[in-house]
Amino acid sequence: MALVKDAISFEGVGQTFLTDAGPLIALKGVSLTLDQHEFVAVLGPSGCGKSTLLRLTAGLMMPTQGRVSVFGKPVDGPRDDVGIVFQNATLLPWANVEDNVVFPAKHMRGRVDDKDRDQARRIIATVGLEGFEKRLPGELSGGMQQRVGIARALFLNPDILLMDEPFSALDALTRDAMGFELLRLWQASPKTVMFITHSIPEAVLLADRVVVMSARPGGVIADLPVPLGRPRDETSLRTAEMQDYMAHLRGLLIHKEIA
Amino acid sequence: MSAETEAAPQDRPVLPRQSLSERLVRMPVVLPLFTFLSVLVLWEVGTRVFAVPSYILPAPSRIATGFGAVDLPRWIAHIWATLRVALMGYGAAILISLPIAIGLAKSKLLSRALYPLLVVIQSVPVVAVAPIIIVVLGTNDAPRVVITFMISFFPLVVSMTTGLMATPPELIELSRSLRAPQHREITQIRLPYATPYIFSGLKISITLAVIGAVVSEFVAAEKGIGYFIQFSTSMFKLPQAWAGLAILVAMSLVLFQSVSLIQRLFFPWSLPKATK
Repeated sequence: MALVKDAISFEGVGQTFLTDAGPLIALKGVSLTLDQHEFVAVLGPSGCGKSTLLRLTAGLMMPTQGRVSVFGKPVDGPRDDVGIVFQNATLLPWANVEDNVVFPAKHMRGRVDDKDRDQARRIIATVGLEGFEKRLPGELSGGMQQRVGIARALFLNPDILLMDEPFSALDALTRDAMGFELLRLWQASPKTVMFITHSIPEAVLLADRVVVMSARPGGVIADLPVPLGRPRDETSLRTAEMQDYMAHLRGLLIHKEIA
Repeated sequence: MSAETEAAPQDRPVLPRQSLSERLVRMPVVLPLFTFLSVLVLWEVGTRVFAVPSYILPAPSRIATGFGAVDLPRWIAHIWATLRVALMGYGAAILISLPIAIGLAKSKLLSRALYPLLVVIQSVPVVAVAPIIIVVLGTNDAPRVVITFMISFFPLVVSMTTGLMATPPELIELSRSLRAPQHREITQIRLPYATPYIFSGLKISITLAVIGAVVSEFVAAEKGIGYFIQFSTSMFKLPQAWAGLAILVAMSLVLFQSVSLIQRLFFPWSLPKATK
């Protein structure tokens, strides 16, 4: 009997898409594990299949090769114990903040009760949007919209949080602030986080471990723990050690893109 | 120091100077009204100065007397006949295009199979088929509703399908990851997302529905504004035919504005940002 169950594991996973231009190999031979409550950043150039990893974990697509498991069980279909945060908040423009956050419950069960609404208001407060419950998404800034997106993903209290370049549509200042906000949420309520990004500083600042991927076909070329304790702040990356570490990551990415 | 206190006695913002044309642009009613009245005046003056015979182009004042050719209850009966057919055909178009659009949006197979057929149907000139439809379906409401339906339904199918497909794929993935039943993906995500598209289709189709009703009345009817216009022209009573035409224009405008009003009242979030 296995004692330790990995939260997420990929074993020799390959993914090929059929396109009009012929088969496209998005992922090839990916093996990777995420421990429970670990924060892992997946770093790679665009088109390296980072998002495919996320969709495989959520069970939104099945691998053409290999196996994806969550908590030791093979993923065989969409699963509702993962929360997904997309690049764009993709909120419902006709629904206010609170209705957007309870949407998962409404969508699964067809209706929401007072308990759901209480829970939604609690989460809205946690992501710092107290007082904005009745606002429509169109009235919020990009950063606030993404906070709602995160609140929606947290609503069902998932064990796993999948984030697909969640802050890349935000301006630089908001982006940093949101990163620290996410760390605060994660420390208050630990979850296994798979954070897709193409920003080296963002990956290093947030994650316990950085997985570097190569461009098409996507594969893991490095899997490096981040030599940085917690808590972290704006100054954490200014040490010579961290600068070297980031330069190393940059080297891996650039080298792979040329080759 | 004294100059400063003089310059800002209150906190009123300093507005930029506006030219006359800039100020006119900000008055949405005044300008079109002015254009409209100018055309009427030019029209009136032109027909009088050049002594245009009324069977070629009656002056607005002659058209106004054309309204008096028929008494009010008769006008209302004609208007109601046309309005009834237009609304029934329009309603049928909405009811039938919605399931078709859902089918086309949800199934690539269905869309590949059905879309060419829809385009063929749309390519049939309805005016030319109208006499055939009347022969097949008789002279009651049915053929008129069918003709109106045929003219107004295609823009609805296209706009609804486009709208249903415009949903961000992320939300569809969210729906799938929640393992929600299919019908809720339609009702809670796709349909609301399609609302702006649906309304642009509804606005196009409502005016087409009036055209459809008139076409059907041209072919076979004993009342309705379309019938009235044809009857009047055959009797060479051009001013009253023009009066009928003016009523059709007014009817189309009122119907179009009603659809816009419904959107503004019940779906304000679906309006483009600039017109809010």
